Amino acid sequence: MIQLDNLSITKNGADILRDVSLKFGQGGITALIGPNGAGKSTLLNAIAGLITPSQGSVTVEGCDMIRARPPERASHVALLAQNEQVTARLTVRDLVSFGRWTHHKGRPKDEDHRKIEESIEAFDLVTLADRRLDELSGGQRQRAFVAMAWAQETPWLLLDEPLSALDPRHVRDIMDRLHALTRPGENQRSVVIVLHDLSVTARYADRIVALKNGQLVTTGPRVLAMTGPMLSDLFGTGLAIERFGGRDVVVPC
Amino acid sequence: MVDRRILLLAALLAFVSALFLFWNLRAPMGFILSLRFTKFAALCVVGAAIGTATVLFQTIAANRMLTPGIVGFDALFVFIQTMLVLTLGGAGFARLPALAQFGVETTVLVLAALALFSILLRKGADDILRLVLTGVIIGVLLRGLAGLAQRLLDPSEFSIVQQASFATFGAVDKTQLAIASVILVLCLVAALSIARSLDLMALGRRTALPLGLDYDRMVFVALGIVALLVATSTALVGPITFLGLLASSLAHAVLSTWRHARLLPAAAIIGAIILVAGQFVFERLLGLQSTLTVIVEFAGGALFLFLVLRRPRL
Repeated sequence: MIQLDNLSITKNGADILRDVSLKFGQGGITALIGPNGAGKSTLLNAIAGLITPSQGSVTVEGCDMIRARPPERASHVALLAQNEQVTARLTVRDLVSFGRWTHHKGRPKDEDHRKIEESIEAFDLVTLADRRLDELSGGQRQRAFVAMAWAQETPWLLLDEPLSALDPRHVRDIMDRLHALTRPGENQRSVVIVLHDLSVTARYADRIVALKNGQLVTTGPRVLAMTGPMLSDLFGTGLAIERFGGRDVVVPC
Repeated sequence: MVDRRILLLAALLAFVSALFLFWNLRAPMGFILSLRFTKFAALCVVGAAIGTATVLFQTIAANRMLTPGIVGFDALFVFIQTMLVLTLGGAGFARLPALAQFGVETTVLVLAALALFSILLRKGADDILRLVLTGVIIGVLLRGLAGLAQRLLDPSEFSIVQQASFATFGAVDKTQLAIASVILVLCLVAALSIARSLDLMALGRRTALPLGLDYDRMVFVALGIVALLVATSTALVGPITFLGLLASSLAHAVLSTWRHARLLPAAAIIGAIILVAGQFVFERLLGLQSTLTVIVEFAGGALFLFLVLRRPRL
């Protein structure tokens, strides 16, 4: 479980997050939604223990993420930041291998190699595994980073706008994969993801957390919490949820 | 298994070493060989130290065009020399015990570097750009102060400072060399022991930290090694700004790898090859008609311009 109690974060005198209290249960996909500047990325970084709050606490599976050392934090959550880039000339397999760092500390064993190949396969990267990242398109590179975070094999996976450079096919591929892997089962994981595409949110999210101006607007199961009036109020523009082809889609109104 | 290309580099170093030591060797062979060996050892120690330090620094800075020299090591060294000559006078400076001078200079350089790193990185090791820019500004300030102080010197004292401001391998003290060698070996072992963490560090703080690397601690460890290596080699022979850039760029080009377990030894060997081969050409073939550091700085400066203009992947 991820638990935030009265979390406030201030940067250069400005309140980025104000008194946010939340609990995420395990399993499923939790979507963080809200307008630009709402504090979604900051919240994700705070959960990963990368930002020291001005007030409040963050615990993941009972671990105090503010006080924990990086290796301990990395055993609980994997974070994929927005617009990840690396300067080293790595292949996709090299990058995914770094996802196993907490397990192998630079000396991968058979188990690590198996997990690396599983992640490469899971995110449709088999044919690209030996290509260098700087030879790939933005979308292919993004999938490689998601595979790296997945290979970390943590109970929680935090993804900050991982779909931004992806075409519709790969958006669907990745979200289908995340959806499948977060269902109850032997290796069930939990995903917290920042999403801007509200129709993707409507289709895949189990829960939503809506933020605006650094404050929590609402949280709860997607089917209950995500309504047209709530979205209209959140984004300051008319939005409605319509049924189309048996699925919910968010449309302007 | 050791990379074949590193073995080839080691073989090349052995070849240029043999040329340097035995080319045109005449009687009294023992005496000449002893002189040449001291110089050879100094060249190897400095080349390896600067090569290793530059790879480490570039990894920390995530920029393959930077060298530790850019944060003002050479300027501080020249400033120290100038102030010593100014306060002690030319004769007093010459009378300074060599070992004490070496010790003081190394300590001052290490402390200055660590102070700079600690103050600037206290709020997080992601602010390498601020560190570099501050280093450059401090370097300019120290050069300005040294220039001002040099105007107060008489011509003979000024020539002493000038002489001490360029790297020279001709009169290296054996005790200092032994100390520098021990520091180099310890630093190389320390650098190799964190090679795998350096691989992850090269991805940058934003990526490496969530993957479980204690990034900020590693930056301090790596910068500590850089400070020791650069301070020791600068205090031993004087500043060589662009040698590291040459060694690091060639190591990356020859090995084409991101693995520091290979890059570090390769850069150390290449640094030694450049200095030994350069000194051989300068001494034996050009008949001392130039200075090694001028050749190294010229070649390194040209490479730097090439890298800037080519806009490589940094």
